[in-house]
Amino acid sequence: MSILVVENLTKSFGGLKALNAVSFEVKEGEVFGIIGPNGSGKTTLINCITGFLKVNSGKVFYRGKDITGLPPHKIALMGITRTFQIMRPYYSLPAFKNLIVPLWSKRATKLGGWRGGGKHGDRDTVAVDILEEIGFERDSKVPYKPASVLPTGYLKRLELARCLALRPDVIFCDEIFSGLSVSEIAGLLPLIEKLKIEGVTLIMVEHRLKELFKVADRVMALQFGEKIAEGDYKDVIEHPKVKEAYLGSEEV
Amino acid sequence: MQNKRRERIDRGIKVRTDGLYAISSFKEIMYLVFPRLLLIGGFLLLPIVLELAPYWKRVINILCVYAIIAISFDFLANFVGLVCLGGGLFVGVGGYFSAILNSYLKIPIFFSIPLSALLGGIFCTLLFLPCLKLRGVYFAIVTLMYPLLFTRIIEALNILGGTNGITGLDSFPNQHIENYLIILILLIILFGLRRLVNEDIGLVMRAVKDNDQSVKASGINVTYIKSIAVFIASFIGCLSGAYLAHLYMWAGLSLFSLDFSILPIAAVTVGGGGSIVGAVVGSLILVPLSEFLRFFGTFRIVIYSLILVLFLVLKSEGIMIYLTRKYHQFERWVDV
Repeated sequence: MSILVVENLTKSFGGLKALNAVSFEVKEGEVFGIIGPNGSGKTTLINCITGFLKVNSGKVFYRGKDITGLPPHKIALMGITRTFQIMRPYYSLPAFKNLIVPLWSKRATKLGGWRGGGKHGDRDTVAVDILEEIGFERDSKVPYKPASVLPTGYLKRLELARCLALRPDVIFCDEIFSGLSVSEIAGLLPLIEKLKIEGVTLIMVEHRLKELFKVADRVMALQFGEKIAEGDYKDVIEHPKVKEAYLGSEEV
Repeated sequence: MQNKRRERIDRGIKVRTDGLYAISSFKEIMYLVFPRLLLIGGFLLLPIVLELAPYWKRVINILCVYAIIAISFDFLANFVGLVCLGGGLFVGVGGYFSAILNSYLKIPIFFSIPLSALLGGIFCTLLFLPCLKLRGVYFAIVTLMYPLLFTRIIEALNILGGTNGITGLDSFPNQHIENYLIILILLIILFGLRRLVNEDIGLVMRAVKDNDQSVKASGINVTYIKSIAVFIASFIGCLSGAYLAHLYMWAGLSLFSLDFSILPIAAVTVGGGGSIVGAVVGSLILVPLSEFLRFFGTFRIVIYSLILVLFLVLKSEGIMIYLTRKYHQFERWVDV
């Protein structure tokens, strides 16, 4: 069953069509990859679906419900969260206090954070639990350090942790692998597998195709705001239009 | 040449007093409690010490009023990220509400002050609601405009006493109540807000200041959080305005004056932003200073500005931030 249906989504900035009638469906529990060269509209697509940008036309359905044009916090409360490509932690707060914000939201107070913790005001312990799960060593000082002193690898994890604390059904990951070393990515991959097993739907925008290949069930390719291919990873990568988008056409 | 660098190390006692161990010995308890006791005790003793100088006892009242407005500014600017220049609006609205309740509707003084703080808080929040989406300097400009707007409206329509203001407000029963009421209000607001910003809702407010986009992505309505914060700030601002109106037994256009918007900002700058108590320390310096400088007549504003500039250049972080660091850490020079 499709958890998320996007129909003919169009968004233009002035004369530039950032998205042109993009349609796709995401099944519940799958990892759906979105690839495309720079400026192809991947992040704009996420912004439109999660309510950070108003769309010009087209519809977004979540579990059969029309969520087009809802404010971002309402969409987040339904269980669709996102990470940001440029990390947006709360720099003045310690790392684990960053998770207090999603844990404080109506969704987490009703359902509990990830795995149901944090309903009874024990938010600090739940926050540290989530951080440990995602690779912050509990006994070290790292979870208690201010976010402003953490290195990029930890901040990327913190972005993901903030999503998890909301107990999401769908997570949009906006290039969480970018800027990470190979070993750091290797540390994140099992986590994504684990989320998949727990039934979380992941939609990953990526440039790192090799790593995406390891986790993605299906992939969609965008260029200049238009969908050029969709399907299995191999099919998409071999698709002539995708090759052309990344490498240029043969006859010059 | 050998390069040297200053290294800051936490005092051992600071590390020990971080957790539950703080209560393990008298020395450690005192380390935590002493600065707070100094402030509370100092404020409570102030009216008794100044018994010999009645004029300065009145300065205490003004000082506390300015300190409260400065706290409200510091709270909004450094914990929620709204730079609000509407101190004059809070004082004016609070003062006029209190005057209407007390002088027109004959509600006794000790009910009219809290009631006008509540009504004024709601009123100011409703006024700010449309501009909560603005950020930074744009929000500041709108909030600066409101007190000017109300002055003109009252002048032009000649309502609420017009340029003469509303007279005949009840005064406080005696000077001790006058002093201690505002000192207690100040201390409660000070320690209450310090508690609030470390509670979960306070953390959410600080998160809004750091990055409102990711607060939205966490399923929290940013406008709702901001309006709660504005209500808290305008409530305490209106409280001090209502007190001031009863102190003067009069509510007039000068309650909307820009002094109430500008001086608290100077106090926060001098005292140190983002610590709340810095606002109080800043007012403790600036308000008596401005009284002292009355000897210089019109020249006083020059000296006053000069001192402010010196503070900004030499200790731009603010006195309270500097003192806190000195209290918790020691410094030494190490080779690089």
